[in-house]
Amino acid sequence: MSPSIALPGNGPGESPRGTTVLEAPDIARALTRIAHEITERNKGAADVVLLGIPTRGVPLARRLAGRLAEIEPTYDTGAVGELDVTMYRDDLRRHPTRAVGATRIPGSVDGRTVVLVDDVLFSGRTIRAALDALNDVGRPRAVQLAALVDRGHRELPIRADYVGKNLPTSRSERISVHLTETDGEDSVTISEYVAGAGSADGGDVAGRPPAGGEEGAR
Amino acid sequence: MRHLLSTADLAKDDAILLLDTAAQMAATQAREMKKLPTLRGRTVVNLFYEDSTRTRISFETAAKRLSADVINFSAKGSSVSKGESLKDTALTLHAMGADAVVVRHQASGAPHMLAHAGWLDAAVLNAGDGMHQHPTQALLDAFTIRRHLVGGGSDAGTEGTDLAGLRVAIVGDVLHSRVARSNVRLLHTLGARVTLVAPPTLLPVGVETWPCEVSYHLDETIERAKPDAVMMLRVQRERMSGGAGGAFFPSAQEYSRKFGLGSRRLARLPGHAIVMHPGPMNRGLEISADAADHARSVIVEQVANGIAVRMAALYLLLAGNDAGAGSVPNERTSL
Repeated sequence: MSPSIALPGNGPGESPRGTTVLEAPDIARALTRIAHEITERNKGAADVVLLGIPTRGVPLARRLAGRLAEIEPTYDTGAVGELDVTMYRDDLRRHPTRAVGATRIPGSVDGRTVVLVDDVLFSGRTIRAALDALNDVGRPRAVQLAALVDRGHRELPIRADYVGKNLPTSRSERISVHLTETDGEDSVTISEYVAGAGSADGGDVAGRPPAGGEEGAR
Repeated sequence: MRHLLSTADLAKDDAILLLDTAAQMAATQAREMKKLPTLRGRTVVNLFYEDSTRTRISFETAAKRLSADVINFSAKGSSVSKGESLKDTALTLHAMGADAVVVRHQASGAPHMLAHAGWLDAAVLNAGDGMHQHPTQALLDAFTIRRHLVGGGSDAGTEGTDLAGLRVAIVGDVLHSRVARSNVRLLHTLGARVTLVAPPTLLPVGVETWPCEVSYHLDETIERAKPDAVMMLRVQRERMSGGAGGAFFPSAQEYSRKFGLGSRRLARLPGHAIVMHPGPMNRGLEISADAADHARSVIVEQVANGIAVRMAALYLLLAGNDAGAGSVPNERTSL
């Protein structure tokens, strides 16, 4: 099931796949603000390495790198990579085998500030896995977390440093993040979880209630 | 994915998934911290009825790099030497809670028996059975070929690719070789064109039904097929009775002259061609020292790639919960 094409008259509000809560300009503004917050918090961006968590954290990290370069012309846009957490997940044995993704670290992370970038922050378990994965890659001076959407329901003591939008949700709802790079358009939608619903939306593999979708299910 | 018994059972998508996963595993092995927590709490038993050092160590390393517990069980000096049957050994391993059994056996079909007789519910990985199959060796060969001849020496950009159009010559003792049998099937599945080169005495009955070409002349194959990879097979003298080559060839010198790879034949291969050997080598028989140590030889790298490929196989067989498979699309239940 590919993300449906925005039909005329299908703009903000109800659509076949749920309510659109963020549109392309909202996502763009949120990322610009996060980029400013990153430079403010770290007094520049010289030592910042952005690591996107596949799938949709990766294009988000690249976009943030572009914005950091606009704010700080000296920023090295090559300091962006991806961190696959599949082999560090705590729920591997509860699901069919997942394909392992690529990890690409730009140079060394030792002594630098790593900003993990993900699309949706939910239970916090993906981030815990990412912290373990990062530990095997090197020893950053500090690790921060940026998420486009924080939907609550944390199961671990993990908090985002930079949030695009806080979206209070119920566990029975799904958040779907669509990005141009992966889905052909920018939007964030919220819908009721439907058993047997497709898996091409924000959560890479859905099909499981209610912890399904988004981060808990990657 | 439940067992890995034969490359003949591997669909193209499964084979490519194994190679892609191996590429990610290889990337983790370039790090300072090589150990991954993925199979923590899982037990892998190496059940070896035949002598093997490199394959056992490779599987042991792969399992340990994924944090699995490894138990080595070799036939010598164990209950097997006291006459225990395969079934009783299997029941024992089941009672001990093995999650995967890596088995090497002198009898063709023993791993299949272990996997399907209902004696144990562990995943079975064939590490070589008789003259039948050695799937992880073929996978590591395919991985090495893909890295060098598709990726130009690195795995970047090879994800999802097969070996379409590549020509591979497999030279030597095909008759006794499970490596050759596994490779013919897998390389064919991946789209490569395989030529077996051997004296007629070292080719099995029925070879004409295999998905490959057969030649009796190495020089002719080098000229005509222009192979991109040449895989030299070990002359398995321990499986030949009597004399240097038993009844299979007159003398080691003659075999070496007609089917050995030396610097003269190496010079006539295409410039990009790679030289492979599954090891252990008989230097001076099927391959000369010059050829084995040449810059185009990838024999040592094959060993390193073996660890990555076996990590990938263990990961794909053990990491998930296959009971849940089927409820989610795009997942497989067997290999």
